[in-house]
Parts: sequence; C-alpha cells; structure tokens
Amino acid sequence: MTELPVTDSSRPAPVAPRPSIWAMYRAMVGIGLGCGLAIVTVFELTKPIIARNRAEALRAAIFRVLEGGQTSQAFVQQPDGSFAVADQAAAGDVVHAAYDGDGRLLGIAIEAAGMGYQDVIRVLYGYSPERDAIVGFSVLESKETPGLGDKIETDPGFLANFEALDTTLNPDGDTLRNAIVFRKQGEKQNPWEVDGITGATISSHAIADLLNASAAHWVPRIEAHLSDFEQRN
Amino acid sequence: MPTARDRSPTDEFVKGLWKENPVFVQVLGMCPALAVSNTALNALSMGLATLFVLLMSNIVVSSLRRFIPRQVRIASYILIIATFVTIVDYLIQAISLDLHKALGAFISLIVVNCLILGRAEAFASKNTIGRSILDALGMGMGFVFALFCLGAVREVFGAGSFFGLRLFPDGFQAWVIMILPSGGFFTLAAWLLLFSWLKNRKAARAAAAAQPAGGLR
Repeated sequence: MTELPVTDSSRPAPVAPRPSIWAMYRAMVGIGLGCGLAIVTVFELTKPIIARNRAEALRAAIFRVLEGGQTSQAFVQQPDGSFAVADQAAAGDVVHAAYDGDGRLLGIAIEAAGMGYQDVIRVLYGYSPERDAIVGFSVLESKETPGLGDKIETDPGFLANFEALDTTLNPDGDTLRNAIVFRKQGEKQNPWEVDGITGATISSHAIADLLNASAAHWVPRIEAHLSDFEQRN
Repeated sequence: MPTARDRSPTDEFVKGLWKENPVFVQVLGMCPALAVSNTALNALSMGLATLFVLLMSNIVVSSLRRFIPRQVRIASYILIIATFVTIVDYLIQAISLDLHKALGAFISLIVVNCLILGRAEAFASKNTIGRSILDALGMGMGFVFALFCLGAVREVFGAGSFFGLRLFPDGFQAWVIMILPSGGFFTLAAWLLLFSWLKNRKAARAAAAAQPAGGLR
C-alpha cells in the first residue's frame, strides 16, 4: 500500500499511480486484436449456416408472396435485357419466378430495399404478369420501431394493399401508367395507391416509395422478356 | 484477492437471482427488459443472449483485470462487450433467422445494457475469474427470470397465448396495450410492487422476531 489515503476499501490499490503510455497502448491494441480475431472467426464459422438459413427463408417468402407456388427458379438479367436461369444465391439483379404444380408461371418475386425510419427495409413482393399487379408482399428484414413501424409486417389493412396493387404499364411499355403513391390511412381511392398506417407513417410511406422505385424498374423489363420465364419445368 | 469478501460462493451466485435481481431490485437494463418482453419466447431469448454476453465479458474482464490500466478501462470493457454482442448476433442468425427478426435492433443494443458494463466495472474488474463467473451466472439468470416474468404476463394478457399456444377460447379480446410499450411499463410496475411488498413484509417479520416485546419496527 502506498501513502495514498484509502478512501474506498473495495477498490484495488493501483499498481502504479500513473501507468505508462505503453501500458495503455498495449491494453487497447491487445484487446482490439483479440476482439477482431474472435469476431472474424465466428463470422467465418457461421457464414455458411446463415447463408443456408437465408436461402430457406427466401424460398418460404417466395411462396408466401406468390400463393400456390410449388417450385421456384432464380433468373438474372443479362446485359442485353433478357433473363437467364441463375443460381438462387447469384450476384447481381436476381428475380425469382414461381410456378404452380403444372409448371405454369404464377408470377415473379422481386426483392426491393429502401430506407425506412430506423434502417434499410428489405421486402419481397410478388408481381403477377397475368393481373398486371403486385399480388403479395412480405418484409424480409426491418428494424422499424416495435409496436409502431413494425406494423408494416402485421397490420391487416396495410397488407390488404398488396393483394392487388395495380402496376399496369403505360402504352409505350417503358414505365408504370400510374406511379405507386402513398395515401394517408383511409384515403386510398385508386388501385395503385398505398393506404398508410397511422402511427407508422414514415415506415408505410417508405414501403410505397420503395415498391414504386422497384416496380418502375422491373415491371417494364419483365414484360419485355416475359417469354424467358415461361414453362421452365 | 484485492477485496476481502466474506460472501460464500453460493451467495455470490444466488444474490443476482433474488436479493440483488438486476431488473426488479437494481432496475438495470430497462431498455431490453421493456422492449423485448412482449412475448415469453422473445423475453427468454433476449435474456439468454444477455446472459451469454454477461458471462463471457465477466470472464474476459476478470482475467485481464491486471492488464487493463484504469484510464482506458471503460473503452476496453466496451470493446470486449461489443465483441461478444457481435458474436451473439451471428450465432442467433445461425440458429434462427425468425428469432433474429423478432429481437431485431435489440441484439445490438445489448452493448449498452448497463447491467453488463455495470458488472464488469463493479465486480469482474476487482474479483477472481471464479467469482466473476458465479456473479455473471447469478445476475444473468436473474435477468432471464425477470424478463420471463414480464414476457409471460404480457403475452398471456396481450395475445391470449403462452409460448404461442392459445390459452383462452375465441371470445377472448386480447389487451393489445400489454404488447405495446406502455404495457411493458404497467407490467414492470406491477412486478416491482410485488417485489417491494415481499421485501417489506420480510423486513417487518425480521424486526418483529428480533423484538418480540416491542411494538416498534
């Protein structure tokens, strides 16, 4: 014990009153190295398992947004605009076609992402070329406020928007005839409008915006090459 | 041993479960306790994730306690805790993506759970690894227990179910408020009330036993 007065008996007596800069540096760098190594190791070990879980979740989500689906096939868009069969985990712009038991094309499941209230929201939606509409919707990942923003996943009135959200193309076929727009709760009048959720305005607005951006991008491209998807099985 | 404690190892473990329960007595870690206790399963998972982080960080902090200078201790503890939280985040994603989705942002928020930093600072940095393990297990299980108490009550009233099993006939109108944030506060208040009533009753009985003749407490 040094000559320092002991004010707090539960506190260990310091080994040195002022540790050298080297000791502080050594502690911080040493801990940083150890922590970095631990994180990278766990990341590497869990990566294949997480990838498999994600693929399974994606399959389940495809059949949720395209009801009645039995099989699915991933397609990636080629530089010339056509679609080619791809691996489900392929990089780039991948869409997923779902087929019923007879191999008939039910629709295309498309992933879209946009900034929500807290963080990026990732969703999957089903586009039906037959009905020219979005016919299903499912949130893949969101960190919206529990109890408020996360109603985009559960609110029945909001989810009803996506049973038939009109995405008819304009006569030129290069963009949507009517952009998907957000309306306050209860003010939806047209089939291309999204009825929002009171208390989750920002989150539901974000969904409308990200669907509009994604549908305006994908629907004209899919319609131009619809035959690429048909009768695969 | 820098600190002379006369607590037996059993007491070191048991104190966190009841007498110094992190939620009901110390009122620590309220953010996850209120936010992720909307169902019994979420509460249990969050509690176990916290228990894991608390145990591992207590072990590491305790074993490095002579290596870390006081001036950089908070930064070091946060780094250690954040590492284990990241590890837990990946492990939960590997176990179940649905669970990861349900716990959402609150997994990363374990980093700032004051229970964990509190135990590192107040206990693990001054005690042996063995005692720190007992302390972490006790405190962690006390946290699991408290979260489970909150989650079970909120799920039963707010959703009419328990671990997803329906409890009531179809006519039951769930009290949605119990699942919402305010329900967390109501439930927490009710449990705190029960705990302090039990504590006061015990103190009153002990006083009565010590002074059988006197009417004063």
